[in-house]
Amino acid sequence: MIATPATELTGEFTTDGRRTGPVLMDLKNITLRFGGVVAIKDISFDIREGEIRAIIGPNGAGKSSMLNVISGFYVPQEGEIWFEGARRPPMKPYEVARLGLARTFQNIALFDGMSVLDNIMTGRLNRMKAPLWAQAIWWGRAEREEVENREQVEKIIDFLEIQNIRKTPVGRLPYGLKKRVELARALAAEPRILLLDEPMAGMNVEEKEDMCRFILDVNDEFGTTIALIEHDMGVVMDLSDRVVVMDYGRKIGDGTPDEVRANPEVISAYLGVSQE
Amino acid sequence: MIYREAGDFKTSYRDDGQTFPIRLDRWGYYALLAVAFLVVPFFIDSYWANAVLVPFLIYAIAAIGLNILVGYAGQVSLGTGGFMAVGAYAVYKLMTAFPGVPIFVHILLAGLITALVGMLFGLPSLRIKGFYLAVATLAAQFFLVWLFNKVPWFYNYSASGQITAPERTFFGWAVTGPATSASAKYLTCLVFAVVLAWVARNLTRGTVGRKWMAIRDMDIAAEIIGVNPLSAKLSAFAVSSFFIGIAGALLFAVYLGAAEASEAFGINKSFLVLFMVIIGGLGSIFGSFAGAAFLVLLPVFLKNVLVARLGWPTDLAAHLELMIVGALIIFFLIVEPHGLARLWRLTKEKLRLWPFPH
Repeated sequence: MIATPATELTGEFTTDGRRTGPVLMDLKNITLRFGGVVAIKDISFDIREGEIRAIIGPNGAGKSSMLNVISGFYVPQEGEIWFEGARRPPMKPYEVARLGLARTFQNIALFDGMSVLDNIMTGRLNRMKAPLWAQAIWWGRAEREEVENREQVEKIIDFLEIQNIRKTPVGRLPYGLKKRVELARALAAEPRILLLDEPMAGMNVEEKEDMCRFILDVNDEFGTTIALIEHDMGVVMDLSDRVVVMDYGRKIGDGTPDEVRANPEVISAYLGVSQE
Repeated sequence: MIYREAGDFKTSYRDDGQTFPIRLDRWGYYALLAVAFLVVPFFIDSYWANAVLVPFLIYAIAAIGLNILVGYAGQVSLGTGGFMAVGAYAVYKLMTAFPGVPIFVHILLAGLITALVGMLFGLPSLRIKGFYLAVATLAAQFFLVWLFNKVPWFYNYSASGQITAPERTFFGWAVTGPATSASAKYLTCLVFAVVLAWVARNLTRGTVGRKWMAIRDMDIAAEIIGVNPLSAKLSAFAVSSFFIGIAGALLFAVYLGAAEASEAFGINKSFLVLFMVIIGGLGSIFGSFAGAAFLVLLPVFLKNVLVARLGWPTDLAAHLELMIVGALIIFFLIVEPHGLARLWRLTKEKLRLWPFPH
């Protein structure tokens, strides 16, 4: 196993010349079981501020479970999650969201009955605190918040180039655009960490390139920390600053893309190894 | 063409988010309000008030309330009749206990009491969904009606077991009681219907409405983006019951004048309001009005045409009404779950290009 380059990267420049900050989220010895099945076995890794962190691994390696642990959907039986220097107690998913974690789903989880605009506006629900009576008469704080948050949402709409479908019901959109709207909704929350579960799954080359560009731009322009799961190796190696490799619920590699590529355990997990 | 949608540009997000974004729609709405408030009260007679307009307005309020719960928040409820009974009995108790307080305050308080009761019966929605929740609310329906029949305190120990609205005035006008004029009944209900429809629209286009719709469309994703399912579902039950409670209070105090729980607020009432919501359109304020108008007008129409014109027996007309409503429910559930509101919008979209095919 490769030694984690934790000390080397602090405040250092990453491979493509960007600076990453201190540890934002630290996962320590996470173990997650479903009955007798051990989905995640004693995994530790950290996510630094401002980096793009990828989690890769073959099917069934436990990547999505890992993301679900981070977003509070599963509570691990063992291990600790530290976020911004404090231990995070077991929380409901909506409480985790309020801490500043936003995510997208592998199989798009948008609100089909609502327009694109309303969907993205839901990303800002936690920033809108007008009392019910003010919303009922659409006055004062309620109206002001609506307009202010709409301005923020419009910036994201511009950023992701979806101005023309603003008022379209999400149910009518093609797959690639839905993925983009889901990214927009997660971005609207202005998260501390953005979790992307297979953002490129099921896309053609062109859509993948668009999505890569958006992910890099988000990281670059907003400085958003991103943790993503992806199957497309080329994409992962190009996008990410550091990669965690999982197999059968264990961590088998952790480091920069180049280090991971050279790791014999990773090669055997992905390519198989010849039986001498 | 006088009516057009093009060329009406918005320069602020406030304008873009308004209820009637098209200028002509807005004018039409104001004109309708002006006629309803300034013209109709002078011409209304007791037949039009009692057979058509007053029940239409009251059921529209109830339908909006149920639509918030079923259409916006996606929680099925069959307890509407029971919650209307809560509103009616609450307003009755308040009217008789505090005769000096204005009736409008009583009606609002009755709405608030119903909201509390609604939240209580909404608690199971945190654990159960769909049919099972419907059955839980059905229990609320039967329990509440049973409660109001069994506990004499609710009907002030009257010998008949009925509640009767005493006369209450508002600036010298009788609003409840036998002396109420047709226009007073109509105006009271109109004020509530207009204000509550406006409130419902504001709620559904804002933050809490988005929370409700998020829970309706995908509750797991809603939770992941930070919607607390407890508060979202309970607020939907509370707001919905508030509307339904006010409708119940108006139905009893202003429209019927006297009521008995199992007769006026039975399970039939629950289904009637649910049908209004389904036929009118789930998740639409306009649809609630359309559905209420349709189901209030249909019996009146059938009675006028079949009984008065063609001389059919009354019971035959009544049965025909049941058959038509049943067939329509099936039709709308299969063909157009979004009801009259969607049909109206589709018609508008078609007319936009008419007479050209593309």
